[in-house]
Amino acid sequence: MSERCAVIGIGQTVAKSKREDVSIAGLVREAAVMALEDAGLSFADIDAVVVGKAPDMFEGVMMPELYLAAALGAVGKPMFRVHTAGSVGGSTAIVAAHLVASGIHQRVLTVAFEKQSDSDAMWALSVPQPFSSPLLAGAGGYFAPIIRAYMHRSGAPRDTGMKVAVKDRLHALKNPYAHLHLPDISLKMVEDSIMLWDPLHYLEACPSSDGAAAMIIGSEKAAAQATSDTGRPPAWIHGMAMRSEPTMFAGRDQVNPQAGRDCAADLYRQAGISDPRADFDMAEVYVPFSWYEPMWLENLGFCAEGDGWKLTEAGATSMIEGGDIPWNCSGGVLSSNPIGASGMLRFLETALQVRGMAGEHQVADARRALGQAYGGGSQFFAMWVVAADKP
Amino acid sequence: MTEPVTMMAATTRLDYVFTAGVAQSKNLHGLEEGKFIGQRCPKCKKVYTLSRGSCPVDGLPTDEIVELPNTGTVTTYCVVNVPFAGQSIEIPYICAQILLDGANLSFMGLIQEIPIDQIRMGLRVEAVWVEPDELGPTMASVKYFRPSGEPDAEFDSYKEYL
Repeated sequence: MSERCAVIGIGQTVAKSKREDVSIAGLVREAAVMALEDAGLSFADIDAVVVGKAPDMFEGVMMPELYLAAALGAVGKPMFRVHTAGSVGGSTAIVAAHLVASGIHQRVLTVAFEKQSDSDAMWALSVPQPFSSPLLAGAGGYFAPIIRAYMHRSGAPRDTGMKVAVKDRLHALKNPYAHLHLPDISLKMVEDSIMLWDPLHYLEACPSSDGAAAMIIGSEKAAAQATSDTGRPPAWIHGMAMRSEPTMFAGRDQVNPQAGRDCAADLYRQAGISDPRADFDMAEVYVPFSWYEPMWLENLGFCAEGDGWKLTEAGATSMIEGGDIPWNCSGGVLSSNPIGASGMLRFLETALQVRGMAGEHQVADARRALGQAYGGGSQFFAMWVVAADKP
Repeated sequence: MTEPVTMMAATTRLDYVFTAGVAQSKNLHGLEEGKFIGQRCPKCKKVYTLSRGSCPVDGLPTDEIVELPNTGTVTTYCVVNVPFAGQSIEIPYICAQILLDGANLSFMGLIQEIPIDQIRMGLRVEAVWVEPDELGPTMASVKYFRPSGEPDAEFDSYKEYL
């Protein structure tokens, strides 16, 4: 039933702490225009627009998609807003791709963004509620105890997180779109940074960024036309999956959530993946706090439970160290975090890689890649597989 | 006149009316009396603290009320050392997941009366309540938790509730 579909255009803004030269509308339009140019298209060629961002409370602009319709060329066309917390950029791309895979549309523009300089995300994530203690201190305060539980369960050495923090920042030096460029990054620099949410140092956490990401998802016919017009290959979508689970239930495993495992199993079945570590050439995975790399290595089945830190320690996920399964070659969320766009950037980077267009952070001969995003209290997951070859 | 306006601060104030509903009212009235109230699922028998009135796993009403003790175990924690707008507690402070004895779901609580470098998983704690005339239908009725002096709990006893 499902039609073939592919990423035929990609655009992203340079992530920065403050984009004072543009409004939110200007920011999203910048990424959208880049994606259209990449695909050899104009706004008139687009059938529908799908927009995603994280909670509206961040910037205090409610339902921003309504005011962004004009800037995104959506007037007179179907427009959708997706919201699944931090995973939203991934979910948004999947909703857009579903509109093409279902045969409804030929070319769908999908855009995700966050303008953190207009917002106070720490405040928005820490609003006191009458039925709980006013303790929550942003996302770090929520995830740090879960990270401690992982460290205890797996017996990982204390420096694994710091190693991820260094590795992703070294990758970011190869990506001109990344927010953080820290040429002097080292384990010592991470260790010497302030302990914000023990066991997480400042440099083990993501930055606050302004940024937008955009993709054009096209049908097989649209992909052939784009390649003919631009000479650039598409990234074929081989599988897409989303899962959720309740935030609180007795026996919930937040270190290795069931929804993430189920999502990966569904995705791998669609894409014919039996051994993720061997079958993928690279992966872009949502790691906003360093320790989520070893945790998601396990959740995504790249190794047995409890062994994730061993891959990280061995350099398996580092392109600098020539690892066999480089993760987050773009620098990842640890180097750029425009929250709503961060999930889409993971998906977008996998498409860049299999199209061979990732520039300095290109993995040689990347043919197949995994994109993953998670959100909320680890209760939303979105994943896809893209490849250079048609499914 | 030619310089663009790059930023204007617009402060928004939001006052909410919160309708607690039947299930949370039971918990909140418990707090008003200086007690923790749990609600048990008729199928899986798990006891939820701060229950929303149904079991998230079985989807059944958690009608059976269970009064829970004042004591519990720190399953995991972090030390918060980051300032932010609206923060009401002096940093650094210990934010812990606390599993009350007899409950099957932990919740976040503040730990005090222990040096920060001595906090640990498995620490046994007890709730310290506000003065009786200050009790109200809110978690603010619990001032904080402090070490109870009992030996630490074994990891196996709380490993499902991290």
